[in-house]
Amino acid sequence: MQAFVKNIAEENQYKATHLLRILHAIQAHYHYIPKPAIEQLASLLNIARTQIIGVIEFYSFFHLSPRGRYELLISDSITDHLLGKHALTDYLAIKLNVAVGEVRTDGLVSLDNTSCTGLCDQGPAGLVNGYALPHLDHARIDQISELINQQTPVALWPSQLFQVDDHIIKPGLLLNHPLTPGEALQSTFKRGLVATLAELDTSALRGRGGAGFKTASKWQYCRDEPENQRYVVCNADEGEPGTFKDRVLLNSYAQQVIEGMTVCAAIIGAQQGFLYLRGEYLFLYDKLQQVLVERRQQGLLGNNILNSGLDFDIDICLGAGAYICGEESALIESLEGKMGIPRNRPPYPVTQGYLGKPTVVNNVETFLAAAAIAHLGGDWFASIGTGQSKGTKILSISGDCAKPGIYEYAFGTPIETILNDCGAEELLGVQIGGPSGLFISDLELQRKLAFEDLATGGSFIIFNKHRNLLDIVNNFTRFFAHESCGFCTPCRVGTSLLKNQLAKIIDGHGSAGDVVALEELCVLVKNYSHCGLGQTAANPIISTLARFPELYQSRLKNISYEPGFDLDASLENARQLANRNDAAAHLTQVEQD
Amino acid sequence: MKTKIRIATTSLGGCFGCHMSLLDLDERLIPLAELIEFDRSPLTDIEHCTNCDIGLIEGGVCNSENVHVLREFRKNCKILVAVGACAITGGLPAMRNFIPLEECLAESYLRGIGVENAQIPNDLELPLLLDKVRPLHEVVKVDYFLPGCPPSAEVFWTFLNDLIAGREPSLPYECVHYD
Ligand SMILES: Cc1cc2nc3c(=O)[nH]c(=O)nc-3n(C[C@H](O)[C@H](O)[C@H](O)COP(=O)(O)O)c2cc1C
Ligand code: SF4
Ligand code: SF4
Repeated sequence: MQAFVKNIAEENQYKATHLLRILHAIQAHYHYIPKPAIEQLASLLNIARTQIIGVIEFYSFFHLSPRGRYELLISDSITDHLLGKHALTDYLAIKLNVAVGEVRTDGLVSLDNTSCTGLCDQGPAGLVNGYALPHLDHARIDQISELINQQTPVALWPSQLFQVDDHIIKPGLLLNHPLTPGEALQSTFKRGLVATLAELDTSALRGRGGAGFKTASKWQYCRDEPENQRYVVCNADEGEPGTFKDRVLLNSYAQQVIEGMTVCAAIIGAQQGFLYLRGEYLFLYDKLQQVLVERRQQGLLGNNILNSGLDFDIDICLGAGAYICGEESALIESLEGKMGIPRNRPPYPVTQGYLGKPTVVNNVETFLAAAAIAHLGGDWFASIGTGQSKGTKILSISGDCAKPGIYEYAFGTPIETILNDCGAEELLGVQIGGPSGLFISDLELQRKLAFEDLATGGSFIIFNKHRNLLDIVNNFTRFFAHESCGFCTPCRVGTSLLKNQLAKIIDGHGSAGDVVALEELCVLVKNYSHCGLGQTAANPIISTLARFPELYQSRLKNISYEPGFDLDASLENARQLANRNDAAAHLTQVEQD
Repeated sequence: MKTKIRIATTSLGGCFGCHMSLLDLDERLIPLAELIEFDRSPLTDIEHCTNCDIGLIEGGVCNSENVHVLREFRKNCKILVAVGACAITGGLPAMRNFIPLEECLAESYLRGIGVENAQIPNDLELPLLLDKVRPLHEVVKVDYFLPGCPPSAEVFWTFLNDLIAGREPSLPYECVHYD
């Protein structure tokens, strides 16, 4: 083991910023991070042992105790639930003789849940040793169990098991006209950097990752910082359940995304870029590396790009299963090899980002659009859309509809049009923007896709009338409790309290005051959390309480109060230990007169 | 004479620190005594609650007897108040929530230093322990929470005076600011 760890540390130049890559390699090899490896890394990288343990504990894909040699994770996204994930997981557990959350006694296989894997249009989905497994069904599970029991290396599994489809159903302005590699850079150099930034300004492009900050301003601020080192970061963490458009863009439009990053580098004066790829998209890693290699060969990356004098290259960094790392400052922390805990903002990344230097962080789709604008100009883009939302938005549509997949619409399109196109019937409502967004009911279909009405990072999850709304809200609320990074109390404790209080009501232990208590909790978590995760974690409850209060009320008991847990059952252990079963050894759930 | 506000107090899984802090009102106890009288409380030795205006409870819910006492308070007190960190969150005793009950009892009664005739106590008189220590509001409805470990005398003073005067109680920032 010593030689193995030494080797990996050496390949990574003993850099502490490369801790995640190093841990990925060790985890892949040993299926956990052994204690001696931690000790050794601490001295090789010259960082505290506790810091390494902190990082391992922070990320879901690193473990301090062994997982199976075949580590199976099943996506726990609501979209996978709709597609029958529960029954399939049970089947898998029986087939492989391993309980969810456990490692089989022979150490061969482990099974667990994981947050949304971004395969919502082709679920139920899972991961085996990090590689995506779409379209799980009984036949595939039989096949997978067979492969595991025969100990076939994952690399030799039939490729059809890993076949992830794009499902581009409705391409638009951007998806219909991919650029030829180099086009945007040539136009940029020809027009001039300042003039190209002006085109970006004219286009009024706003960030596609959710917050919608104006991209030209972000680049301008970064460019204006009096520093000589700057960075470009592409945010491909795509962790919001129900979002998968960045996966498709990186699979089929990677050239253009990387070209967008390179244009940005030219304009702001950066020499180094990073593409932060969520760990769940490991299957794209080699392919993206190949794109980088090709671009270097074509003179579109590396030294003196297109003879312009620009030196710029890109590194791909893999995340490790943490939704919070999509938040830009947490992402930067993660890039630096640390736990993904959001920084205080300001200072914003444009002034102090990676290693304290000015850094532009943009979404995958933002870079895709920026490249097109650099080539075709700002007016071309700004000619469609609405007053405050120009151009198009690429949507990831999943859930109860005939044609889940990727759709591109001009801003301003009514929700009804979108639902008709994808074949949504008997509608209950749509979750727009993922769990952190908004649930709209079937009465709001005239509302529009736009920052000024329904803003979204691109997640559209459709639910029909046969779905139980409270189960959906429960899934979302549990997601946030699981993904809270734990840094600040209102979110760390608050998201768990939300989860428990909601469960109390759903399980039928609620009474009059409990919905009010839930509402108060929502306000607290929303208003006092440190970052966007906590600030939006109560949204599923808030937006459904506003629309369907009767659903919550119908679960309440007509008494003044009841505990949210089984009081008598919580005495069971003590009864056993004291060997008692007399009347005084029991409690009623509510007080009897 | 005006009828006095009737107050009951008790300690469940608490250390009596909250009660001591109430006594820290010192000379202010005298004017307070003009306005209130105690019902069931360690200060009076009255065994059971009668109708009260206010119930003050320190400590979390650790065992079945705590549940009964808490219910008696809820039934008899118009306003029920969770006093101190233990009543509000479970507090220090709730640190056992992360250890299985079996191990806790074994550590004290089977393996403890100097234990003779080791056995888990099973006398019928003894209340059984809950699996987990619970804050009051997970077992009954609680009307107010007085934070602190313990809440300072100032907190009791402000809170009780507000209630007695018929105002919605409100604690100034200094009363709930701890660092
Ligand atoms: C909890 C959380 C998760 C986020 N996840 C992502 C993500 O997966 N992808 C993304 O582009 N932006 C995400 N963001 C937004 C980023 O912080 C940032 O605003 C964005 O990357 C900026 O790029 P843009 O201006 O191109 O949208 C997230 C924000 C929060 C608070
Ligand atoms: S709000 Fe949640 S995710 Fe954000 S810093 Fe606080 S604990 Fe972490
Ligand atoms: S809150 Fe503090 S003072 Fe009050 S009972 Fe608990 S430990 Fe004792």
